[in-house]
Amino acid sequence: MAVLFISGIVVWLAGAVASLALWRLPVIARRVACSAALAGSLLDLAASAASLFSASPTFIGIPSGNPVFTWAIRLDPLSAYFNVTLAVLAAAVSLYSFGYLKEMEGRRNLGAFGFFFNLLLMSLALVFTASNAFFFLVAWEVMALTAFCLISFEHEKEKTRSSGLLFLIMSHAGTGLLLIAFLTLTKTTGNLDFASFHLLASRMTPLEQGAVFLLFLFGFGVKAGVVPLHIWLPEAHPVSPSNVSALMSGIVIKSGIYGMARVFFDFYGTPALWMGAVVLGLGVISALVGVLYALMDHDLKRLLAWHSIENIGIILIGFGAALMFRALGQANLAALALIAALYHTFNHAMFKGLLFLGAGSAVQATGTRNMELMGGLIRRMPITALCFLAGAVAISGLPPLNGFVSEWLTYQALLAGFGTTQSLTRLMFPIAGSMLALTAALAAACFVKAFAIPFLALPRSPEAAEAREVSLVMRFAMIALAVVCVALGLGATGFIPAFDPITQQALGVRASSALVVAHGWAMSPGTSHGGTISTTGMALFFLLAGAAFALPLVLRWRRRIARGPAWDCGLPALTADNEYTATAFSKPLRMIFSALYRPRREIQAEYEVSPYYPSSIRFASEIEHTFEKRLYNPLRDRIMAVANRMRGIQAGSINTYLAYIFITLILLLLFGVRL
Amino acid sequence: MMERLLESASQLFLLLLLSPLVTGVIRTLKARLQTRRGPGIFQPYRDLFKLFSKGMVIPETASWIFSATPWIVFFSTILAGLMIPMVAADAPLRLFGGVLAVIYLLGLGRFFLALAGLDSGSSFGGLGSSREMTISALAEPAMMMAIFTVAIGAGSTGLTEIAGAAIGQNWRFLAPAQMFAFAALALVLIAETGRIPVDNPDTHLELTMIHEAMILEYSGPYLALLEWAASIKQLVLMTLLINCFWPFGLQPTWFGFGAAQGIAWLVAKLLLISCAIVLIESVNAKKRLFRVPELLAVAFTLGSLALISTFLF
Repeated sequence: MAVLFISGIVVWLAGAVASLALWRLPVIARRVACSAALAGSLLDLAASAASLFSASPTFIGIPSGNPVFTWAIRLDPLSAYFNVTLAVLAAAVSLYSFGYLKEMEGRRNLGAFGFFFNLLLMSLALVFTASNAFFFLVAWEVMALTAFCLISFEHEKEKTRSSGLLFLIMSHAGTGLLLIAFLTLTKTTGNLDFASFHLLASRMTPLEQGAVFLLFLFGFGVKAGVVPLHIWLPEAHPVSPSNVSALMSGIVIKSGIYGMARVFFDFYGTPALWMGAVVLGLGVISALVGVLYALMDHDLKRLLAWHSIENIGIILIGFGAALMFRALGQANLAALALIAALYHTFNHAMFKGLLFLGAGSAVQATGTRNMELMGGLIRRMPITALCFLAGAVAISGLPPLNGFVSEWLTYQALLAGFGTTQSLTRLMFPIAGSMLALTAALAAACFVKAFAIPFLALPRSPEAAEAREVSLVMRFAMIALAVVCVALGLGATGFIPAFDPITQQALGVRASSALVVAHGWAMSPGTSHGGTISTTGMALFFLLAGAAFALPLVLRWRRRIARGPAWDCGLPALTADNEYTATAFSKPLRMIFSALYRPRREIQAEYEVSPYYPSSIRFASEIEHTFEKRLYNPLRDRIMAVANRMRGIQAGSINTYLAYIFITLILLLLFGVRL
Repeated sequence: MMERLLESASQLFLLLLLSPLVTGVIRTLKARLQTRRGPGIFQPYRDLFKLFSKGMVIPETASWIFSATPWIVFFSTILAGLMIPMVAADAPLRLFGGVLAVIYLLGLGRFFLALAGLDSGSSFGGLGSSREMTISALAEPAMMMAIFTVAIGAGSTGLTEIAGAAIGQNWRFLAPAQMFAFAALALVLIAETGRIPVDNPDTHLELTMIHEAMILEYSGPYLALLEWAASIKQLVLMTLLINCFWPFGLQPTWFGFGAAQGIAWLVAKLLLISCAIVLIESVNAKKRLFRVPELLAVAFTLGSLALISTFLF
């Protein structure tokens, strides 16, 4: 396993260097970069899948460390799980990139892209396995920097540059918090090894415990896109190339989730109850804010980015519940909630990766991200449409696909939580449950829009009418991810035992035997006489009913079907201009939630004779982005004001600067001597 | 195994045969209240028969989604119907899912129906889809609150367990928590089945229609499938409501003489709730679309009250 893992890392590294060296030969650079990424992912998949089920964690020590900073890699079940997620998604995205990057050949530096792409994959694998705080932060920074370079890849656009910069600033602010948190831990142990941090945090004073918890929560929360630290996410994901968006949304933001899982379930023993409550609350808010803004966004990729925030929220609801159960001494329920969160993590990586690849294909085919200018793509791009539909059904949490399974597990955990305590805290569980229900239903509404507006009805622009299906290898990558989504849904009971090593490590219980019932046909929450679901059974029912009734009847009715113009209440000549738009579709919700959106619209009609016969109408509609306006803009203004004041000491004369250096040196010496 | 299949088959027949009748009864009763004679309680069967024997027109602008949707809606509603206890407390397909699965299966049907509404490109379909998804989203938290209350009482989301917990104590529905939950679910039922004051099932006026707007482009057998599915969905939700709260007459199994008794009880309870629906429909006017959220907020409040009363009383 160690050999497999290291060779995966080496292949990625070699791919990075080779594609950079070959940057003058774009065709070869593209092939080398994508093959290396694919090969590295497959090696990583083999290594991590094997160590997920192995009895003891795999340790790899890279020589030339020193006693404090060791380059230690540990593949324990939690690390292996996130590595499997990374490897499956990365393999599909690498495959997709073979075709996707072809369009850029000769126009962009594919050597540099391959370099950063492979380095990003490598650094992610290291983030998930590093077992030393210093090494972890190095890998974390490499990940942030390569992600920044990939986001800013199309840097000639002003918007891309500013989005990339926002990501960089937010990311570093988060790293700063992590640094303080790790140093606080180190203060107790004098050691940076993760092994020495095990259950350490719970031995600190309650005040320190809480402070370190919040530092980690917000430090990792920035990367995960937790509200209110999410503002970089809907900016950065749409501007990057679509294969990068798939990776960013699928797995890079999951590095924050991994960090939280590592800290909450490895470094902490039994947490305080409020910690779980904070995480649960943040999860509910993130889920709702994410989906509500997604509904209003008509940039296909930004819509998906908002949904990443929503799904991170759902994952955090599971985490929060698990922490609360742990605080209440309910290890079995904690295992259920943790499994729900981790299962949703994997599921989200798969269906969001799939959706971004599908969106990338649609964007490449039409040349726009605005869904109001797409339409009718299901006829021009049938495979892309089918795959996007599978992703849309999965992310909306509809049976029998995988999103339903993990949301069901989350509901069960919340439901069981009500009986665990007599205090009023228990009201949090049903409230979180009903907000989750609202989120899921709004997500379904949003994906009706996100699928129907670009893919159904008539083309809304000449580009959409001329769209061409993407290349074979890209279609294949999307089909692969769609198949994974279906398999994770139908075969859910088969995947549950994979969580046993993780819950064993984190909570000391194995849950799969209670969760999988009826010989693997159904899943139960593991509580006494809790309900069951069987996604396999549902799928079988649909298949049987389809084969036994639908097929023969369709064949019989075939001769009776006539194709004709749409009825449309008798209005003649249906054109794309009469179609319902995405703006119109989301209008009722914009009105109902106007307290949040504060929508503004402007209608200017020009007319000659009477206002009932306008010659032209200009319509503009926008919503307010509350977090930017009320939180970040004042903060930015404050920082700029302080910076402006500090400009006074920047005189620009060498002598003054030398004096500053001298004074600093003296002060430091004095400080050092006194200690 | 054999027994399960027999049970499923019997419940399937009950769902298929009883659902148009419920629709017919409601229409007739409503007509009587309006001092009309009405078309008779068997009219929905005649309508379905007529539609099934007709040809159909599929819009040129529509894709395969349009043709697949009637099947998906029909089958997912049937599957949901097989998961609820109708005559026997033991639902035939209880292993396949409980109350959450029922709601999400109905959600699957709604998802595709909304897609089909937008598929033809006609603006009325989009209008219906938009409104349907909005209202169902707003109904969801109220429904989940009420379900949480019921499920906490039974310690399970399995409908067999929920009905089973109610059976032991027939008058439990008078407990405050149960009554609040019942009221919340009843409001949600009205919204989900598209009844006045949320939607008017009898209208084709573009300003007001929701469900009818989505299926405006359908004709012939596919329209029949969708109308039938809508009836079945109504029956499923009504049965869900009555058997979770009034478990009177639920039999332990589907077999023997008890089944006839169970069916009689079911019909009686359905008749009662149909009368309630007819009364509500007759004395209320349809609300403006943007007044509907207020109604659903009331439902949510009732659901929350239900939950709080589980540990207050």
